[in-house]
Amino acid sequence: MTAWAAREHHRFDAAGRPFVYLVPSAGIFELDAAAAGLLRALAERPRTREELSAFEDVDDAIAELARVQAIREVQEPPRPVAKVIPLAPVPLTTMVLNVTNQCNLSCTYCYEYGEDKIVDTENGKQPKFMTEETARDSVDFLLREAGTVAHITFFGGETLLNFPVLVKTVDYARRRAAEVGKQVDFSLTTNATLLKPEIIEFIADNHIGVTISIDGPKEVQDKFRVFNNGAGSYDLVAPKIRELLKRHRSRPIGARVTLTSANMDVTRIFRHLTDDIGFWEVGFAPVTTAAVRGHAISDAGYDRMLGQFRELAHEFLEAAVANRHHGFSNVNETLEELHKGVSKAYPCGAGLGLLGVATDGDVALCHRFAGSDAHKVGSVRDGIDRTAQSAFLEKHHIANKTDCSVCWARPLCSGGCYHEAHTRYGDTGHANLHYCEWIRGWTDVCLTIYGELAIRNPAFLARFEGDHEASQVS
Amino acid sequence: MKHLRSVNRKAVRIEQAVNDVVALQRNGVPQMPHFPLGCSLVFSPGWEADRSGGTAGLCQPVERDLFDCHIGCYWPAQVPDQLNHAPDWTAKCAAAQKDWRKMDLIFP
Repeated sequence: MTAWAAREHHRFDAAGRPFVYLVPSAGIFELDAAAAGLLRALAERPRTREELSAFEDVDDAIAELARVQAIREVQEPPRPVAKVIPLAPVPLTTMVLNVTNQCNLSCTYCYEYGEDKIVDTENGKQPKFMTEETARDSVDFLLREAGTVAHITFFGGETLLNFPVLVKTVDYARRRAAEVGKQVDFSLTTNATLLKPEIIEFIADNHIGVTISIDGPKEVQDKFRVFNNGAGSYDLVAPKIRELLKRHRSRPIGARVTLTSANMDVTRIFRHLTDDIGFWEVGFAPVTTAAVRGHAISDAGYDRMLGQFRELAHEFLEAAVANRHHGFSNVNETLEELHKGVSKAYPCGAGLGLLGVATDGDVALCHRFAGSDAHKVGSVRDGIDRTAQSAFLEKHHIANKTDCSVCWARPLCSGGCYHEAHTRYGDTGHANLHYCEWIRGWTDVCLTIYGELAIRNPAFLARFEGDHEASQVS
Repeated sequence: MKHLRSVNRKAVRIEQAVNDVVALQRNGVPQMPHFPLGCSLVFSPGWEADRSGGTAGLCQPVERDLFDCHIGCYWPAQVPDQLNHAPDWTAKCAAAQKDWRKMDLIFP
């Protein structure tokens, strides 16, 4: 007798209707009552065809669920997903250029300078500022390795401390890109302390995308984002950011907020940064730190953060239904991935389409590892070390993360940030187990929002059809 | 499909794939190439013992074990490393069933 069992999936309701998110394919289907009931029954335990006969039109419903691989016959073994390593060379799309490893702020939670730092930027071997020559070599490297479109993100340290080299690099990259027939695009991340009229003019004239690291209203910003004498930076940056927002209208300017145990009022921060300051969008990320630090977010903290994210996400939903803009960029990014149905073998593009370049021209997995010999995958002069790159891809594939093999959120999460894992567990290949519940909770929230939009305003989702620009680098 | 409606782009692709007649005719799982790895997966009659329980009437010589275990599967038998350490181990052994005595002991 035939018996059926559910394959991996996650069911959710949106707009009063049942949906299913299939794992690992990442397909999203709306179900009718028969299919939903059947899947719920099979998720409890395997059942025979006889036990399922109460469902309406059961044979067709079973056949359809089996065809999209939501269920399987019991005797059919679970099908392992092949471990497919991307074919090399993967074209480079984004190069994050650490133009300096120095900073004029002393944010106490900083992963680059705080207690969890990887590279010694004070007495280490790296120069404190990237030279014009290294920056030019980096551009040549990018244009060699890139497809038709290449993104350069200027990063630090505090990026604007090396503004002269940034200016020359933009100029050189435009010229070289035109010569080789490729497109080049620029963005930068800054703490805004050094913005001044000439810099703002240059950024606006050159259509450079800007992400500003800022934590929120004065008392929040001044808690961690301080100068080395302990003075807060809010009063200095707020007027400069307003100037930038007024002048630079050609690209959306985003704020990037670091959440810590002492700083978690998501809604209030969001209101301040959008309504009071005028940012187009705001992205939030929990601080990357070892669990023992005072500012590390606890399990209860993640729960609270999820509650606040959920509130803001529902606000986003109501705005999207009414075709109004809402600047909560975390939900926007996840919706895009859900719409495309991405199912990741790797959590991010690091080591693949994205690489970080240290001040001396060493190439690392991403900007967060720039300058670390242990995470080096080449140099801009010698090119990508293909042996190191393929060893990295072999080791970090989702198939190696046993912890993730039973999680329904793995198509999107894929184990999470390498740098976070390195900081927490001392191993880039470790799954970020401290935030699994949070990831599953957040993915569920976004699936609900996605389902609601699919029913209430499907036209909104059409905006995710094309490819759009790279997201914030933080 | 009557009971399911594809919502995201991936679901649309899945639906197209399952509606693809050619794909359906392949009857589910595409056949993968078959590599018999390991002797326990292959029925090789008359190998270890003959029908009377002895070794006199084997259809293959017992010495074949040496090569089958060594090349065909992992077996922690005392077979020297022919790639690195003892490349000439079987040089004097043209046919295992006749010449097996000519294979030397190997000392690490």
